[in-house]
Parts: sequence; C-alpha cells; structure tokens
Amino acid sequence: MKTKKSLAKEEAAPRLNFKTSWTYQPALESTAPARIAGRYELFIGGKFVAPAGGKYFPTINPATESKLSEVAEAGEKDVDQAVRAARAAKEGAWGRMPAKERGKYLFRIARMIQERSRELVVTETLDGGKPIRESRMVDIPLAANHFFYYAGWADKLEYAFPARRARPVGVAGQIIPWNFPLLMAAWKIAPALAAGNTVVLKPAETTPLSALKLAEIIQEADLPPGVVNVITGAGATGAALVAHPGIDKVAFTGSTEVGKNIQKAIAGSGKRCTLELGGKSAHIIFEDAALDQAVEGIVDGIFFNQGHVCCAGSRLFVQESVAKQVIRRLRDRMETLIVGDPLDKNTDIGAINSKPQLEKIESYVKAGLAEGASCYQPECALPKKGYFHRPVLFTDVAQSHRVSQEEIFGPVLAIQTFRTIEEVVEKANNTPYGLAGGVWSDKGAKVFSVTSQLRAGVVWANTYNKFDPTSPFGGYKESGLGREGGLHGLAPYLELS
Amino acid sequence: MYTLTPVDQVGIEERIARLNARSIKKEAKLEALKLALSMLDLTTLDSKDTPGKVKQLCAKAIRPCEAMPELPSVAAVCVYPNLVRVAKKALQGHRINVAAVATAFPSGMSSLKFRLEETRWAVNEGADEIDMVVSRGKFLAGEYDAVADEISAVKEACGKAHLKVILETGELSTLDNVRLASDIAILAGADFIKTSTGKIQPAATLPVTLVMLQAIRDHYYRTGKVIGMKPAGGIATAKLALQYLVMVRETLGETWLHPDRFRFGASTLANDLLRQIVKEKTGVYQSLDYFSKD
Repeated sequence: MKTKKSLAKEEAAPRLNFKTSWTYQPALESTAPARIAGRYELFIGGKFVAPAGGKYFPTINPATESKLSEVAEAGEKDVDQAVRAARAAKEGAWGRMPAKERGKYLFRIARMIQERSRELVVTETLDGGKPIRESRMVDIPLAANHFFYYAGWADKLEYAFPARRARPVGVAGQIIPWNFPLLMAAWKIAPALAAGNTVVLKPAETTPLSALKLAEIIQEADLPPGVVNVITGAGATGAALVAHPGIDKVAFTGSTEVGKNIQKAIAGSGKRCTLELGGKSAHIIFEDAALDQAVEGIVDGIFFNQGHVCCAGSRLFVQESVAKQVIRRLRDRMETLIVGDPLDKNTDIGAINSKPQLEKIESYVKAGLAEGASCYQPECALPKKGYFHRPVLFTDVAQSHRVSQEEIFGPVLAIQTFRTIEEVVEKANNTPYGLAGGVWSDKGAKVFSVTSQLRAGVVWANTYNKFDPTSPFGGYKESGLGREGGLHGLAPYLELS
Repeated sequence: MYTLTPVDQVGIEERIARLNARSIKKEAKLEALKLALSMLDLTTLDSKDTPGKVKQLCAKAIRPCEAMPELPSVAAVCVYPNLVRVAKKALQGHRINVAAVATAFPSGMSSLKFRLEETRWAVNEGADEIDMVVSRGKFLAGEYDAVADEISAVKEACGKAHLKVILETGELSTLDNVRLASDIAILAGADFIKTSTGKIQPAATLPVTLVMLQAIRDHYYRTGKVIGMKPAGGIATAKLALQYLVMVRETLGETWLHPDRFRFGASTLANDLLRQIVKEKTGVYQSLDYFSKD
C-alpha cells in the first residue's frame, strides 16, 4: 500500500535525462519515388478528364507548406458524369462479370499496390504529413491487405451469407477522410467491388493524391471503365455526391457533424448508409497491468498518426494506485518521441494534416488549460516551417472538461484516475461516442468482464490500435452506423434476401 | 515479500521491433560504434585459456586497432580468476578494469563458503570487478531470500570490487522471472546486473535486456541509485550492438550511455565494430583477415 508520503517522494525522485550526447541523425527518405505530377484530373469512366468547371485546387505538403500539385475540383456536372459512368458499368460489363473474374481484378489491384508501394508510401507522407515509418508499416501494406482479403470473398458470397441470396446494392457514393487516405479508399472500394457494386469515391481535399494514384492503378489493372470513379473536391463535391439520385448507397468516414448532415440529406431517399464517425475512446489501465507495455499502448493509442485516428485512445483512465508511476513513465517516454520531418525514418510524430486542424488542436489545448487541467509537453524541438504540434498530456482533468468530452483529433491525451471497476466503466461509457476502447490488466477474468461492459465497437485488451482486414470496425452511438472490415463489411454492400 | 512486476512478452517484442526501426547512419553510427567499443568487456572464458592468450587480449583491449590509434580502449577484460594476475600486469598503467568470473562460474553449483572464498581470492589477485552467477535452482524453486542472501554475501566478499550479478536469463524461462531476478539482485546489492554467462543458450537477447533496463530504471525512480547493465553472450555484430545502444538511450537516457553504466560482454564483437568503423571512414569493407583475432 502506498501512503501519500511515498507518492510525494516518488514524484520528487530523479528524472531521467534524454538529452543525450549521442543522438540519431535525420535519415531522410527520398521524395523522388513519389513521382507526383503537376496536375491531376478527375477519374471518370476509366479516363482522366478535366473538370467541367475548369477549376483546380492546390494540395500542399503540411510539413513544408509548399504546393505539391493541383487537383481538379469536381462540380455537380462532374459528379453526375461519374455517377452515370458507375451506373453504366453496373448495368454493363461489371454487372455481367462472373464473380470469380471480379475477384481476379481485386487481387490484381492488391498486387499492384504492393508493386508501387514505395511510390504510395512517399506520396502518402508528402501529402498527409504522417511519418514515413507509419506509411510504410501500416497504411500501404494494410491497404493492399484489404484488397487481398475482399478479393477472396468475391466468388464466395453464398458462403458468407448461407441460405440467403446476395446481390449487389448498386452504385455506392463513398467519401473518405484525410487521416488514412489510401487505407480508407481500400476499406471502401474493396468490399464494394467484391460484392459486385460500382463506386464513386471522393477523397479528402487535403489528401487526394494517393487515391488518384490508386485510380492510375485501377486504370492500369484494366478494370472495366466506370467501375471505380474518383472525383476530387471539398465538402460541396461530397454533398453533391450524397444528394445525387443515382446512387444507392452512401459510405462515409469522417466527422460526426458531417455524418449527421448526410443522414438528414438522404432521409426518405431510400439510400442505404454506413457511417464511421468520431470517437473519444477510453483507454483503461488497471494497477495489475504490465505497466511498461501499457505505456507503449498509451503512446501508440494517442500519438499514432499525430492522434488523427478516429479510434484514438484519447481518454486515459489510470487506477489511482499506479497513476503517478504511469504518468511518470509516460512523461519520460514522451521525451524520447521525435517530432519532425515526416520523411525522416526516425520521426515518431509527423506534421498535423492541415492548418485548420492545427488551429483546432491549439484551441483545445487552450481550452484545457482554461478549464483548469494541468498540461505537460516534452521539450522536443519543432521544425520552423510546417504544421507541427508537440504531444500533450492533460492531468487534473474532469469528466466535464471539453478535452475529455470532445474529439480533438490530435496528439492530446486527457488523463483521469479511478478507484473501482464500476466507476471506470461508468465514466468510460459516459460519452456520446462509442468507437473503441482499451483495457490493460494481467488478470484475464477482469479483462473479459470489463471489455464486455464497454459500449464501443472495437475493444482491445493489452494492446491498442491493431487493425486487420478480417476484423470488423465501427461504432456505437454517435461513432457511426454499420461495420467495415471482415465479413461484416460485406453486408452493407449487399442486398440480402 | 518481493513485488511482482508483470511483464507482457508480446508488448516487449513490439517495443523491440519499434526500437529496431531506428535508422542510425553516418556520424551517428560512427559515434555509436566507438561508444560500443569503449563499453566492451573483452572476454575470454575458455578452459584452454593461457597467460599468452590473455596478454594478447589485453593488448587488444588497450589499443583495439593498430591502424586507428585514436580509437578508445575497451572498458574491461574479463577472465577466469586464475588469470587475473596476468591481465592485471598486462594492463598496468591503463584505465582498463580486470573482471573475474567467480562463484563457481558458470553453474554456481557449489557451497556458498567456497564461492565466497573464490570471490575473495579473485579480488586479492587484483580483480576490479567480480561477475558472479546466481543460484538459478534456488530462484526457480522460489527461494528468493536465499538468492538475495547469497548475492549480499558475495557483495560483502567483493570489498571494493564492483559486483556484476549474472542472472543466466536463458534458464529463467519467462520475462516475469527475469524481472523478479533483476529486482532481487538490485536490492541485494548488485552494482551491475548481467544477462548471461555465455555458456547457456539463449544468452543475451534484446527483450531480456529491455526488461532488465526497466528494472534498473524503476530502482532509479525509487532511490536515485544508478545500477549498471551488461548483456553478455551472443552479441557478435555491430548492428546488434547499435540496437542495444538505441534501447539504452530510449529507456534510460544519457546517464547510462557510458562504460561505467553499460557494458557488452563479448569476444568477437570487437572486430565487427572495428570493421564497421573502417567502413564508415573509408566507404569499403575490409576482410576480417585485417583485424587481429585475439
């Protein structure tokens, strides 16, 4: 048992010094493999075509604030063209194609993603700001894996849903976010195509390049024209796609606010809808956990991809008897995080995706301080140019504070302590969201008991942020509708009778 | 009586994979190679060791590479007790320690009285450091107090000599045991904790070393006292040595990036470090024939 006195002593104990005389040098990945063109058109009906309105918008590298390329802005006419092309393909070659052949195309796309992985890795990092290590280890291989996984289902739908007839829904309008651009495109396109649908995909305006490169791959893979269409643009383009009467289904990943608007917009239209929205996921550390590994899980849970992760473990609950220990370890661990150039292979935290997002994070940090929370940031240096934010810990946080209620979508962790299991379960579930959660304990029975009480779509035990194409992903409450990934991810793209 | 600190093996391995992803190039690499060289406990522990072989080893310890006199000396030479005097004489005038393995190395299967006697004799012969082995049998049987008492007794027998406690992690079977044995050794008075004798496989591994570094860190958090770490056995390449240094840097920081706090127990590592240093300086690899095998 720890007395108050021993806790105070622990806090005063010596800190480790991570300003070492031996440090790593930057190990920069070359930008050449990205092969980014000066301008990108819309991908409609198997061809790259100029937008009807003739408008283009720049896409910038958030780490340098310099322009990478310019991208076509799709207006209503272009959206209409794309939806028509998708419909024609659905009624035509794609709709008539034997399922086994559909599967072959998906396998081909998966292999081509692997073949062009270096190009895609560097592109993803340049366009979105995420560390090259993550693009290489997570985004691109997982995107290929989603195509591989769903390729296998294409001719086995009758086994996926026994005793039911599975028919494609039709044309899917898909809108994806900027945090995992290519991976989200794969999450959306692979199950839709496996189920026999055609799609119109709209990537986020700050990160359109990898989806356009995927369009190149799809063109090169010789998919029938119109099966996949990629239209770029901002919110208005997405709204036009959602409102288009020619689509049968909307699949959206992004903010809860936009998700609500989409539901309003399609109300009564008969369009199906899956939404994967925000989160404020609870990450619970019990006193009997392997604390050092839990600290790694916490770091991975909130600082992975700069915290631009819908399932980020942004609310940390630590049992009071180990709170001081965990926070001290976490602080020391944060001192070793390298924040900086996303192209550096040693970078742990890259650039914030856009200026508005950086401002949003900054405003939340201010709000946290104003509400009385204590803030800790490591002393790491930041690059002079580009959008960067140091990782943040908030302690002395109340459940009512904005930093523990609202999704920040940045490297900001709000820490609360708890005493009993009942208390932490109640607090963890006391949120409008319900996307993910994490539980750390060395006791198996406790793990099963607590995880089953959390009202969240994905709950990890003694790990965090593990993704696999075979595993369904999605949220409770305001975190979304429907599931993506795994067998569950096929269902929203099928008419089951 | 001892607090069990759970260790999650999967989590440890993930952390190692993450640490191994660090890219160490150019100047940073050269600096690390030199640092690793300075942290070597150049070791020969063969029953066929001769005074002549130990003298050669000492020459290598003082000046690892004739062609590069600017390189640092190693930290220590590690031998059996009966060769301590030879090593001590060969290293006269140099700031290189002589470490002796004692306490019925490598098994430790003897009476405590004999093991203490051997320790005192090795210190008397001039050993600056004693590498003792713990009684793994007693540890695995749950006789933790007995293990701690033995370590304390050897510590006392060491006098001024530094005590390195070899856990022989290859025989402890779980990382939980590695952690507990580390905690016991530290509390019983170890100046260093060391993974292995080198006579049992697996010897030092990155996961085991990380668990031991975490035990050292927690002791530092609690007491402010700095305990050293020595992985030994199986570290034959410069690349692996660099991975250890990355781990030390990101687990314990600056204080431990020093030969007084971190050592490599190795025999063949020296030449690979030298070879890599030459490569960094000249851009080409040399045949191992150009490096003396002592």
